[in-house]
Amino acid sequence: MTTLPQTTQKKLGLAIDLDICVGCHACVINCKEWNTSNYGAPLSDQDAYGANPVGTFLNRIHTFEVKAENKPAQTVHFPKSCLHCEDAPCVTVCPTGASYKRVEDGIVLVNESDCIGCGLCAWACPYGARELDAKEGVMKKCTLCVDRIYNENLPEEDREPACVRTCPANARHFGDFADPDSNVSVMSRERGAVPLFEDQGTKPVNRYLPPRPKADIQTDGDINILAPFLDTTPSPQKGLLGWLDKALEAI
Amino acid sequence: MHPAPSVIVFTALSGLGFGLLAFLGLGIPDVSGMTAFVFFLIAYALAVGGLLASTFHLGNPQRALKAFSQWRTSWLSREGVFAVLALCVTGLYAAALIFFEARLPIVGMIGAVLSMISVFCTSMIYGQLKTVPRWNQPMTPALFVLYTLAGGALLAGQVKLAALFMLILAGAQLLHWMIGDNRLAIAGGTIGEATGLGHLGKVRLLESPHSGENYLLKEMAHEVGRKHAQKLRIITLLFACLLPAVLLLLTAPGHTTAAIAVVLHLIGLFASRWLFFAEAEHVVALYYDKHRA
Repeated sequence: MTTLPQTTQKKLGLAIDLDICVGCHACVINCKEWNTSNYGAPLSDQDAYGANPVGTFLNRIHTFEVKAENKPAQTVHFPKSCLHCEDAPCVTVCPTGASYKRVEDGIVLVNESDCIGCGLCAWACPYGARELDAKEGVMKKCTLCVDRIYNENLPEEDREPACVRTCPANARHFGDFADPDSNVSVMSRERGAVPLFEDQGTKPVNRYLPPRPKADIQTDGDINILAPFLDTTPSPQKGLLGWLDKALEAI
Repeated sequence: MHPAPSVIVFTALSGLGFGLLAFLGLGIPDVSGMTAFVFFLIAYALAVGGLLASTFHLGNPQRALKAFSQWRTSWLSREGVFAVLALCVTGLYAAALIFFEARLPIVGMIGAVLSMISVFCTSMIYGQLKTVPRWNQPMTPALFVLYTLAGGALLAGQVKLAALFMLILAGAQLLHWMIGDNRLAIAGGTIGEATGLGHLGKVRLLESPHSGENYLLKEMAHEVGRKHAQKLRIITLLFACLLPAVLLLLTAPGHTTAAIAVVLHLIGLFASRWLFFAEAEHVVALYYDKHRA
């Protein structure tokens, strides 16, 4: 049913810390591994070992450079996956009802056996979160690892999305944004996270914690912050070492 | 956006077909028997042929029937529903006209309205998308409906009416381009806005998520051929609107001039639809540092 729920009991989603992400792509790989071998059609690759490899991914990391005037450039690694929007345009455009948003936890999913692969939902998404699988002809997207987070066959610590579980830098956090006291709600509030690309009016659930401001280094174009530690003028030594220093210099 | 041939053919031909069906439903031209059969055959070939072409880009066309179910929210579903309704109702009207020489004006009129609604739904599939600011403007449905009226009138042999619609269409086409050219900027279409990093400084893509292509880039970051956009716009205006309009207004009506006008209009229509897709910027390309102003 492509009518969006008025509210959802939970708003499960991710808080992604752009200040911490090192761009290692571990989340991309673990996402692909879990989602190609579990729920739904596998995430296929075409020409995987050839000249032009392409494949389906549910999570991709862009790396941006941000340069303020008269300041050194800053690198921001930017993981991008479905933001499980409250006002998800991908759901309402679906002609078959394959796309839907769950009332109980707000997760946006695709029922692959109803998907005709028209691609309109991918067109409707401003974030590039949906990719049509070239082999299966159905739309693939982040499921928030719905087959992990409620899976009682897994140890409790593994009941979170694969990308969150694997992140070695702890840049990704999973939680309920409907609960104002949840881990993700608190960190989003404290870090002043705003909805991504708000002009699009999608009301995303996921939040990106913005990079913290860098120390204001006055460089005048000449970056020389290590200079104090590289001072080669020796300070005068006393005692035995001082005598040795002088004796050696005299030779 | 990637100008997929199946979608260009679909929107162009089904638009023409439903335009002709709309005029036939209103009793223009007033035909019956064998002549009516030929007219309806052309209309159905275009409308149904276009609809069939649209299924070629589906990943799983065998489930296409499910696409009629979500008319409450989906313009694509609505389009399917209204297209089938229009074909059924005009089919009834056509059968009565061809086989029984009986005119059912109410049925014809309902069929005409349904045909136009179907084209409007097609236009809204594109017009609704906030992610493609160039399409997300009121002139998108106006343009599709006017192409249908102009093409329909032309195929229905309404020389003066077709010429009039073509002149209005020329204005609408120009307006769609003029408004469209500013839409990306108005919709906040910058990489800084899309990433939310703009407040920190000037943003550029340092490294792409992957070294090769992907579905998103192929489908939504089409930039090939934009350099010919200006020439194609002129071709569109000349062939779709001005040349056939002049031909229809200044020469004696006949099958030859009509045929030439149809060919000219078709060339212009396809150029217009190709541009409609090829020029449309999808905001997801901003994350790939495309569409730089």
